[in-house]
Amino acid sequence: MKYAAQMSDLDTFLAGLPDLPDHCVVRESEERRAYECDGLSAYRRMPWLVLLPETVEQVQAIVRHCQSSGIPVVARGAGTGLSGGALPLENGVLLSLAKFNRILDIDVANRLARVQPGVRNLAISEAVDQHGLYYAPDPSSQIACSIGGNVAENAGGVHCLKYGLTVHNISEIQLVTIDGELLTLGGRALDAAGYDLLALLTGSEGLLGIIVEVTVKLLPKPERAQVILAAFDDVTKAGAAVGSIIAAGIIPAGLEMMDKLSIQAAEDFVHAGYPLDAAAILLCELDGTSEEVSEHVFKVRELLKSSGATEVRTAKSDAERVRFWKGRKAAFPAVGRISPDYYCMDGTIPRKALPQVLQTIEDLSKQYGLPVANVFHAGDGNLHPLILYDANKPGELERTEEFGGRILELCISVGGTITGEHGVGMEKINQMCTQFNEAELQQFHAVKAAFDPGGLLNPGKAIPTLARCAEFGSMHVHGGQLPFPELERF
Amino acid sequence: MSDADLTESLRAHVEQAFIERTPLNIHGARSRAFYGHATDAADLDISAHQGVINYEPSELVLQARAGTRLVDIEQLLEDNRQMLGFEPLRFSSDSTLGGAIASGLSGPRRPFAGAVRDAVLGAGVINGKGEALRFGGQVMKNVAGYDLSRLMAGALGTLGVLTDISMKVVPRPESEYTLRQSASQQQALERFAGWMGRPLPLSGACWHDGHLYLRLAGSEASVRQAQQALGDAKLREQPDFWLSLREHSHAFFTRSMPLWRLSVPPATPPLALDGDWLIEWGGAQRWLHSDATAERIRGIAAEVGGHATLFRGADDNCEAFHPLPAPLLALHQRLKKSFDPAGILNPGRMYRDL
Repeated sequence: MKYAAQMSDLDTFLAGLPDLPDHCVVRESEERRAYECDGLSAYRRMPWLVLLPETVEQVQAIVRHCQSSGIPVVARGAGTGLSGGALPLENGVLLSLAKFNRILDIDVANRLARVQPGVRNLAISEAVDQHGLYYAPDPSSQIACSIGGNVAENAGGVHCLKYGLTVHNISEIQLVTIDGELLTLGGRALDAAGYDLLALLTGSEGLLGIIVEVTVKLLPKPERAQVILAAFDDVTKAGAAVGSIIAAGIIPAGLEMMDKLSIQAAEDFVHAGYPLDAAAILLCELDGTSEEVSEHVFKVRELLKSSGATEVRTAKSDAERVRFWKGRKAAFPAVGRISPDYYCMDGTIPRKALPQVLQTIEDLSKQYGLPVANVFHAGDGNLHPLILYDANKPGELERTEEFGGRILELCISVGGTITGEHGVGMEKINQMCTQFNEAELQQFHAVKAAFDPGGLLNPGKAIPTLARCAEFGSMHVHGGQLPFPELERF
Repeated sequence: MSDADLTESLRAHVEQAFIERTPLNIHGARSRAFYGHATDAADLDISAHQGVINYEPSELVLQARAGTRLVDIEQLLEDNRQMLGFEPLRFSSDSTLGGAIASGLSGPRRPFAGAVRDAVLGAGVINGKGEALRFGGQVMKNVAGYDLSRLMAGALGTLGVLTDISMKVVPRPESEYTLRQSASQQQALERFAGWMGRPLPLSGACWHDGHLYLRLAGSEASVRQAQQALGDAKLREQPDFWLSLREHSHAFFTRSMPLWRLSVPPATPPLALDGDWLIEWGGAQRWLHSDATAERIRGIAAEVGGHATLFRGADDNCEAFHPLPAPLLALHQRLKKSFDPAGILNPGRMYRDL
């Protein structure tokens, strides 16, 4: 009976969208199932209805209709997000931007590309390669993830220490508001009049509007890039080496660390040539003009040796450089091969706290009986501990989530943050209650209300309600001791 | 540099003003008082709220109170061979960090090293209800919650009183070199567009009065390499040329005519407006002394995809900032209200209806 009632609601709702062609509507349950999760597959929910509009006018009409019918809307790009930001709603529309997949304009003189939100990240660099240009942010999912999702999450990647995050590399967006209004934020100049709404929208996780067009900034491709691999018998020494490179005034294009378990998993998978006896390796990419790279390679090699590296290798060819990176870029799937499931965390910490944080993660790993592989954007302090677990063992997912929560709270306690680049989504919503106090969360809700007073855009994600935090706080008290009693709670 | 944390007294002051509905004019050294519209309000002076809270060169992060003088921060960074990448415009030796962030005015390095907002990592903010809030943090990557700290950059204090700011800092280049070439405005813009599309170590690109000025910065070897590639013509006569742009002490800026700032896509050809031009940011920021009407200047800027600010000389007859389309202004008003429900923080400083 309930099903029938829902179907008729659905018919009524669709009748309000007469101009949307049938092929843009997904209502059969087996087809809707493809949209039940994003890259965080532990969280699943069947969407009530999936719509795949093809024009901005259709997006406006859908959003207006949702607004007047009080139906919530979840926007989705390529669905590669890792925090459940595109998790659908049983009573809401899942709005896929997948059909917005065209590159609209490449402006070589101003180094800008105007693209639709469904365009894949890597496709932009491929399209402008002939002009000697590229789009810098390179999340590891860049062959699949789309630019609209990158903006919604403020995606990073391995090159953001030098070249910044998505927020630093976009110039303008076209936004459909919950009223169905089309707004231009930012512009083709280096700034725009009024508040910096482009910065506000970047990383807002689909809670403030639907992005229907993005103009990205392009950079000239560096003349040369070189990668150095260094092995260490101690993670702390590797951490100190990172600090010494930066203190010497060198900003590497990428600076990545992997621990023993990640090295082994990656080596078994892609045979990158990593030293298997190392406790940690550092990958340091230097780019720029040819002369500068030569100079920096020399300096960095010396710094690594004096920091106690047991081995320092410089890629002798482009093929070897690619191989060094391949192990790092394949670290997540490599870990996936040695464990039935893994859970990827995304905290950021001040680099100096690394030894303390890694030690505590190791202690927690023993306590929970769950192994952890650590992959680290060492240059900017963004840590990706991968907790290995088996979802088929009763209780193990719950234990993993609790362990993950402890890691995030650890990141906050050393002055860091619960998410560096994956977003809060559904996944880290409870830890938001630890990172922000009541007045701060209320300010977030007030900002949200300025865009979406009815709370119809991606509800339940990114910013927890105060009621949820109250419940989360008491849950932890019942569980025993509060993890960080010095932090403000409510 | 003194060290005084006045957050609580500033917070209490704003809370009292909220209760009494008393508008506040937030200021530090008043070195940017000319920017935007004057507000008829009671003064809230943040200049005594000073001190560097946290600075660790190897983390590339500096956190300081809003009243800290820019010159003090920049000296501390220089002692550690670092700098503020955005080279904030600095109008007097007393100019404060809070003013630099709130005005959002970046210097010559902006197209190459990012703007004020790009360097902001976190901020302490007192909203219009007198609540001391903290957004962002002191790490390079942070996507927890809306990015409300970056939003403060350029908001002219209309959304909150900045109490402290955490910023990304960058290493000072090992070597710098400025070359000068004779060029018409059009030639300069064409050359800038060509150079900026190549992997050259650039940190400044300016044109004025028949000459272009290009600053190279980086390792000694890369600067030398670029210098050879571009043709040697070292600027010797004006050692403080770039500083004179940062401080607006260059003779161009000292005239009494209205001063316009046009922000346009950098490769835009010379604009059809009579007056005296100084081009910065490789063409993206164009200063103009002109008596042309605001409508005409703004119309031409908008036509090429940019906007125009009446930088000096704004009065009751003319908005300082480029007017916003109605739906966008309405959104600004709702956003302002979400931070400042009583409208007491720098009302009218940016737009009269904000």
